[in-house]
Amino acid sequence: MSYMNQSQPNTHQPYANAYQHDGKSAETRNLKPGELSTGTTIMAIPFENGVVLGADSRVSTGTYVANRVSDKVAQLHDRIWCCRSGSAADTQALTDYVRHYLSQLAIETGRAPTVKTAAHLMRRLCYENKDNLMAGVIVGGWDPVEKGSVYNIPLGGTCIKMPFAIGGSGSTYIYGLVDSLYKEGMGEEEAKQLVKKSISHAMARDGSSGGVIRTVVVKEDGNTREYIPGNELPFGP
Amino acid sequence: MASSGSGYDLSASTFSPDGRIFQVEYASKAVNNAGTALGLKCRNGVVLCVEKPLLNKMLLPNSNRRIHTVDTHSGIAITGFVSDGRQIVNRAREECSNYEETYGTKVPPTVLGDRLAAYVHYFTLHGSLRPFGATALLASYDTETKEHCLQMIEPSGVSYKYFGCAAGKGRQPAKTELEKLDINKPDRGENIDVREGVKQLARIIHLLHEEGKDKPFELEMSWLCEESGWEHKGVPRDLIKEAVEWAKKDIAEAEESESEEDDDDDDDEEMNE
Repeated sequence: MSYMNQSQPNTHQPYANAYQHDGKSAETRNLKPGELSTGTTIMAIPFENGVVLGADSRVSTGTYVANRVSDKVAQLHDRIWCCRSGSAADTQALTDYVRHYLSQLAIETGRAPTVKTAAHLMRRLCYENKDNLMAGVIVGGWDPVEKGSVYNIPLGGTCIKMPFAIGGSGSTYIYGLVDSLYKEGMGEEEAKQLVKKSISHAMARDGSSGGVIRTVVVKEDGNTREYIPGNELPFGP
Repeated sequence: MASSGSGYDLSASTFSPDGRIFQVEYASKAVNNAGTALGLKCRNGVVLCVEKPLLNKMLLPNSNRRIHTVDTHSGIAITGFVSDGRQIVNRAREECSNYEETYGTKVPPTVLGDRLAAYVHYFTLHGSLRPFGATALLASYDTETKEHCLQMIEPSGVSYKYFGCAAGKGRQPAKTELEKLDINKPDRGENIDVREGVKQLARIIHLLHEEGKDKPFELEMSWLCEESGWEHKGVPRDLIKEAVEWAKKDIAEAEESESEEDDDDDDDEEMNE
């Protein structure tokens, strides 16, 4: 008789292993509570004799902007730089390790390491520790072997040499724009303008990107840092 | 031989009163008893060559190699205790593999040479270990600077870069012959090329070999040059055959004629008698 008393509930039960998002973004769910995120837009484009790297400057914890003028373009060696996105702590730790290994390598080999080596080191760290890291990195720089080159190292730890690379949460909004504007064989000025324009557009649409645009132009004879304040962006907020 | 060890030569971790470590010197003597190995850095590549005395008529030809590839861009020729040499080659292979896994590029020649030297040197520091009784000639190519390199790692753990080097039984006369070759000219473009190098090494080996006294031998040669795509490979057999034929002819001609440049050869013949 007991089975007659059982009634089918009207509410739809979620499956035991349903994907619970609780209204939060993928990034917020993967970060620890209170952890800083460089939800970001980063970009790097090689041109004839060097590379342009660019990034926004917003660091957020949830909706609070912890730092609106941070520097997401970090130097790994004399002519090798990287753009950081994802967890700020993770990318800072990675950058410190790679910087250390590269400096030791430079002493052992007696010459400047190549961008490929730097990217490879970064990738090894990202891949071997993929379970504990949330870091998307773009490594770019100048070396005597390949001249300007850019390597994209997204979340899982793949490492791909690319003609140009974009990354971070804001990059999703500008794939179309960059695809349409990018041309092979660009000069320094053109590449810089493209970086600035693209990042501005991403900052306009991505809540996790904003602040100022920081660029670094890396060439054989030196590095040039530039920054565009938020009120001088090519494309408005 | 010079002074006996008289008690200071029992362990590699003991200095003698005159500042020598006899065990390391004895290790070098072990190398000097073995077949000659030669290395030549030519204008456009490196050639390695080892004289393999055939100790047993039953040995399979072209087996029991003395020259080993440790990576696509590097090769090692061994002389001395072959088993000791095997260890050095295995270590070199590990180093190459490790370096590429960590840094993503082929190990630069200097780094590989230094690491092997450090490894060999380690065995000269401990009382419980003996030094390697083998010398390694390392031919290597730097994929980033596009330069080729020849190094020799001795049982004491030193490693130098050379234009031409020799180890083993015939190293003294071999060095004399090597010095006569155009391998160290101020204008690098005037140095001999690899094919010429192959012929010259074959000639030197045959020159040093005495028919009656020494055992019959096999000649193992390898090169690392433009023609091999900058990969360490065995010199093609027909080239070796050609080189040996030329070498024998050249030596025979030198013996017959009385011209000035052949006086050296004649002197060698006389001294050896």
